[in-house]
Parts: sequence; C-alpha cells; structure tokens
Amino acid sequence: MADPVNGNARRAESVDIYAPQWRNFLFVAPYLFIFAAFLVFPLFWGIWLSFHKADTFSSGPFIGFGNYARLFRDGIFLQSIWNTFYFVFLTVPALALIGLFLALCLNRQTRSAAVLRTLFFSSSVLSVTIVTLIWRIVYIPDMGLLSMIYGFFGAKAPAFLSDPDIAMIGIAIATIWWCIGLPMMLFLSALQQIPQDIYEAAALDNANRWQTLRSITLPSIKRTFVLVVIIQIVFQFQLFGQAWLMTKGGPNNLTKPIVLYIYNTAFQRWDIGLGAAASEILFLLILVAAMAQFLLTRRKADA
Amino acid sequence: MTASIDIKNVTKRFGSLTVLDELSLSIPANEFVVFLGPSGCGKSTLLRMIAGLESVDSGEILINGERIDNQPPGQRGVAMVFQSYALYPHMTVGDNMAFGLKNISVERSVIDARIAEAARMLEIGHLLDRKPGQLSGGQRQRVAIGRAVVKEPKAFLFDEPLSNLDAALRTRTRIELAQLHQRLKSTMIFVTHDQIEAMTLADRIVVMNNRKIEQIGAPMEIYNRPATRFVAGFVGAPAMNFLPVKIRVEDGLVTAATDAGLCIKTAIPSEGLAAGDYELGLRSEHVRITPPTGDAAEGVVDVLERLGERTLVYVRLNDGQQIVGSDSGDSRVSVGDRVGLAFEGAKAHLFDATGKAWHGRESGHG
Ligand SMILES: Nc1ncnc2c1ncn2[C@@H]1O[C@H](COP(=O)(O)OP(=O)(O)O)[C@@H](O)[C@H]1O
Ligand SMILES: [Mg+2]
Repeated sequence: MADPVNGNARRAESVDIYAPQWRNFLFVAPYLFIFAAFLVFPLFWGIWLSFHKADTFSSGPFIGFGNYARLFRDGIFLQSIWNTFYFVFLTVPALALIGLFLALCLNRQTRSAAVLRTLFFSSSVLSVTIVTLIWRIVYIPDMGLLSMIYGFFGAKAPAFLSDPDIAMIGIAIATIWWCIGLPMMLFLSALQQIPQDIYEAAALDNANRWQTLRSITLPSIKRTFVLVVIIQIVFQFQLFGQAWLMTKGGPNNLTKPIVLYIYNTAFQRWDIGLGAAASEILFLLILVAAMAQFLLTRRKADA
Repeated sequence: MTASIDIKNVTKRFGSLTVLDELSLSIPANEFVVFLGPSGCGKSTLLRMIAGLESVDSGEILINGERIDNQPPGQRGVAMVFQSYALYPHMTVGDNMAFGLKNISVERSVIDARIAEAARMLEIGHLLDRKPGQLSGGQRQRVAIGRAVVKEPKAFLFDEPLSNLDAALRTRTRIELAQLHQRLKSTMIFVTHDQIEAMTLADRIVVMNNRKIEQIGAPMEIYNRPATRFVAGFVGAPAMNFLPVKIRVEDGLVTAATDAGLCIKTAIPSEGLAAGDYELGLRSEHVRITPPTGDAAEGVVDVLERLGERTLVYVRLNDGQQIVGSDSGDSRVSVGDRVGLAFEGAKAHLFDATGKAWHGRESGHG
C-alpha cells in the first residue's frame, strides 16, 4: 500500500528540471498582458458589439443576430465577400508558386543570385502607400509605364484601374509584386535545410532534374509550402490598403474587400454594430480557411 | 557485375589547396580495397571523384578500361554508401531502394525481385514500409547498403559507413560486409581512418597521407613491412616505438645504438645504408618486459593498459624516452616498478631521414 504522504515527500526530493515552475510565468507575463489587453479583450468586445445596435456615442440595445441578418441582406457586403475570395484566389496560389519558382532559381551561391534575392525581397519593405503609388504610375492610362510599352507596339494598354473585369487583377498583380519577398525567403531557407548528401545520392541514382525536383526537393519543403499558404491566406484576406488607395473599392464596388466594407460601415457611416458583425464574419472565414488548409495537408502527410 | 578501376595521375585542387597530387592506382575486379589515412588526407575526395560527385582537375579515371571521369555520376554504374546514409527521408525503405531503378525504367517486377532478394540478404524485409526516421542507426545502415545492392553496380563505394555505429554493431557490420563481398563478388572500395576496419576487411590497403599514396599492400604486408615511417606509425595499435639511433655494421647486419648506450642487433642488411641518423622502429609485441637488467634497457613503468590477453606496459627509460612493451595478460607489474626490456631486434625496422623504411629479411614471416 503506497503511503501518499511519504510518496509525495520522496518525489519532492528528486529534481525534475522540466517540472513547471511558477516563477517562469513572470517572463511571459508582460506579453500575456499585452496579448490579453489588445487582442483577446477586443475580440470578445467585438463579438459583444456585433450583437448590439451601436454607434460612436452609445452602444444601444441587444438585438441578437440582427446585425448579421442585415449583413446578409446587404448586396454590397455579399459582393465584398465574393471580391475577397476572388482576390485570395488570385494572389495566394500565385504567391506560393512564384515564390517557390524564384527560390528554386535563386538558391545558389553566385553573386548574381544574391543580388536578385535582395532585389526581389526589397519590395517587401515598402509601405503600401509607396507600392500603390508605384503601380498607379505603371497603370495610369495614357501616360503610365504600361501604356508606354503597349504604345510602343501600337496597342492600347488594358485599363487595370477602371475596367470592371480586370480591376481586381490589377490590384492582385501589385500585391504579388509587393508580397513576393516573404514566400521566396521562406522557401529559400527551407531549400537550404535539405541535406546536400541526398542530392548526391539522387545523382548516383540516375535521377534527372525533374525527378530530383519531384522526388527530393518538393517533398522536403512540403511543410514550408503549407506554412506559406496559411500565412498568405491570413494576410491576403485582410486586403485593404491597396484597394483603398488604387481604386477606392470601385468600379461599382467590384474591388471592395471585406475590410474596406468594415471601414466604410464602422468608421464612415458609424454603424459600429454592423461593422463589428462583418469583422466577426471575416475572422471566421480566415479561421476556417487556414484550418482547412492545415488539416487537409496534415492528413495527406500522415497517409 | 564487377569491374576493374584505374586511376591515372589524378590531381585535385580546392582553390589553392592541392588535396591529391598526381595519384595513380589500379584496382582489379572483385578486389576489396580500403583507403586508409588520417582525417583530411583526401580519401573521401578520391572516392567522390570515382563516384562523379567531385570533378577531376587532371588525370583519368577508368572503369573496365573505359574512361568515366567525364560521365555524370549515374552513368558510371557505381553505388555509394554515405557516412550519413543519405536515405531519402520522405520515402519508405522500399521506395528508397527502388528509386535508382525506377529512374532508369527498370521493370517493376524486376525491381520487386531485387528488393526482395536484398531485403532477405540484409534482413530488412520487415522494414520495407517504414520511413528512415523510424529506423535505428544500424537499420538505416542496412537500408543504405541495400539501396546500393539492388542497383547491381560495377563497384561499391563506402565512405566511412561504420563510423556512426556503436562498437558492437560496428564489429558485426564489419563481418557482414566481408560476407557481402564474398557473396556478391564485386569490386568494393572502402574509405576509413580506422586501421582495424582496414586490416580486417581489405584484400589490399591503400595508405594515404598528405596528398599522396604512402603504400599499397595486403594488410599483413603493410603491418610487417611498412614502406615509410608514416605507415609504420599509423598502422598498428599501440603505435610503433621509435628510437633515434646511430648505426654500425656487424656481419653485414645493422646494429643500432642509442645515445644512452642501448644496443640492438637487427636483421637488416647493411647494403645501401649510408652512415647517419636513423630511427629504429619496434612494435610493442616485440618488446618484452623482464626483471630489471641494470643496463640501459631499463626503466620505470608509467602506465599499464590491461587488454585481457596481454598487458601493454609504458616504460620510461632513464633518458626520458617512452617505450611500449607487452607482458602477459596476468602481468604482476604495477605502475612505478622498475622493469627491464628485451628487444626482439630481428623484428626491428629502420627509417632514414627521408622516412623510407629498411626491413630485416625475416620481418614478414612472423
Ligand atoms: N568542397 C571542398 N572545398 C574545399 N576544401 C575541401 C572540400 N572538400 C574537402 N576539402 C578539403 O580537402 C581535404 C581532404 O578532404 P577529405 O577528402 O574529406 O578528407 P578525408 O575524407 O580523408 O578525411 C581536406 O583538407 C578538406 O578540408
Ligand atoms: Mg572523409
């Protein structure tokens, strides 16, 4: 029969360096405080707000799912959801694939590769204001860079800022140019983690370039690919600056993403309850998209 | 399949560092050759040049008389087992072994048959569906060997394949490699810095040092008649004893004398030997421990190493020189004792100032 008192006493004598120690909590406390104050609290406050009729000066009565019902009767909101998905669909696969392609091309020790790596990454440090400025200069009708190039061949440049069919594509191109640095760098660091000797083994195993890429390189960076896609989904769902600065959501609300809808609703029309409800929808969409991606790829990796 | 390998005047440089200098070597078909040498002497580089993983700066490499140093690695028909095993981490053991055959479009039935045969031989049949990450070091080692075997290569190249295994497994795998060679009758080149691996596995040992080959020979030839002072010091444990000596001739044979007055009669013919400074080399098994003699062949025991079947006795002579002698396994000597040394001069080697070795007629016959 074990004596619980003695048992505990004996256990206390031996040292377990992995045992949790409460004083370690002090080290994470500052971050935890900020996390709670600026992320967790607003999250729940936002949820609370979305169930109320609220404007700037007062939070009105509880109206249950009233705000949500209004949202789904609002054609512009539904349009903005569609726009956002369309934008994510345009940018995320392109960012992942182009980033991978650039990383594969630039994963060498030469000086020119180093210069190009820096060049491709450098756009990432620009602020969205500068990025949209640059791309407005490219797109602007009649005098922009694009017009000049098309004009040289005697053609007329597509109107990326005003043609309803391609305005979102114009924003997507600017966004890909702006964001390509991070995926490329993540892929590069993943490629550099692959041990050289398995490439040597593959060379002795008669693998040609394509077989090496398919059987050695791509499987080795699968996890990074998932990471890049999740990061980009979370990030691109929050499109705001480029759309606001390049097209103001137009033409005809066709480039208005959810965040811009939230901004218009909450801070221009001051319908804070409705804006909060739209925010919660966006939060859910990002969560579901990222989780689905994660679960899907994890299941495949296990099989 | 098997093949002869010829290396002709091969030079390799990394920038300004010359690693191999005009090196030549012929390996007949079916031979088990071991490249032995200290770390950094260029063994791996030479092996990788044969495999095609490293370019050749000048010279030629031929397999079965056909020049291959300009062919890509895959076409040379050799298989390599890496020190780190280099298994493909995301493929199962079976896929690892099949990869090289799939790439050259071997029929699936042939691939399966070869994998089954290799798996049976290496006792890894139950591992075929696992990934390398789920295997122990020894199992990975077998898979790496299996991956080479299924390719039925003209030659096997091993780069220190045993150095990541624990001592017991290393000994076992060593024996299995020797059996593998007998069964496959294939040319094998094995790189190691471990002289026991070299002695036990090799048909011939190639001792390398400092950009060149020091000696090529059968294991006992290397051991009994080392061509240079480097080989004498590198092969054999504990290392050979070296004594600075002056020589004189008695009855056509060399007698060596140290400054301290120690005199050793050798069986080395004096022909061709100029007067001057030499070093005398004697292995520990040819230096026996005796009761104190009262002359120059006497000293104090520094360290004892009891190996079981014999005892190594490190004796410090009066002039400060340390000599390793051997005594029986149940030796009664203890540290600090004064003991005498009996030198078996007939087994002694002489090394001149350039490092070249001179042997007695007897050495090599016991
Ligand atoms: N890729 C390389 N670049 C520069 N120097 C190298 C390279 N590979 C090997 N060396 C040098 O060549 C010498 C021989 O190396 P290696 O063949 O690996 O020796 P060993 O296998 O005998 O230990 C070492 O001095 C090493 O530093
Ligand atoms: Mg090496």
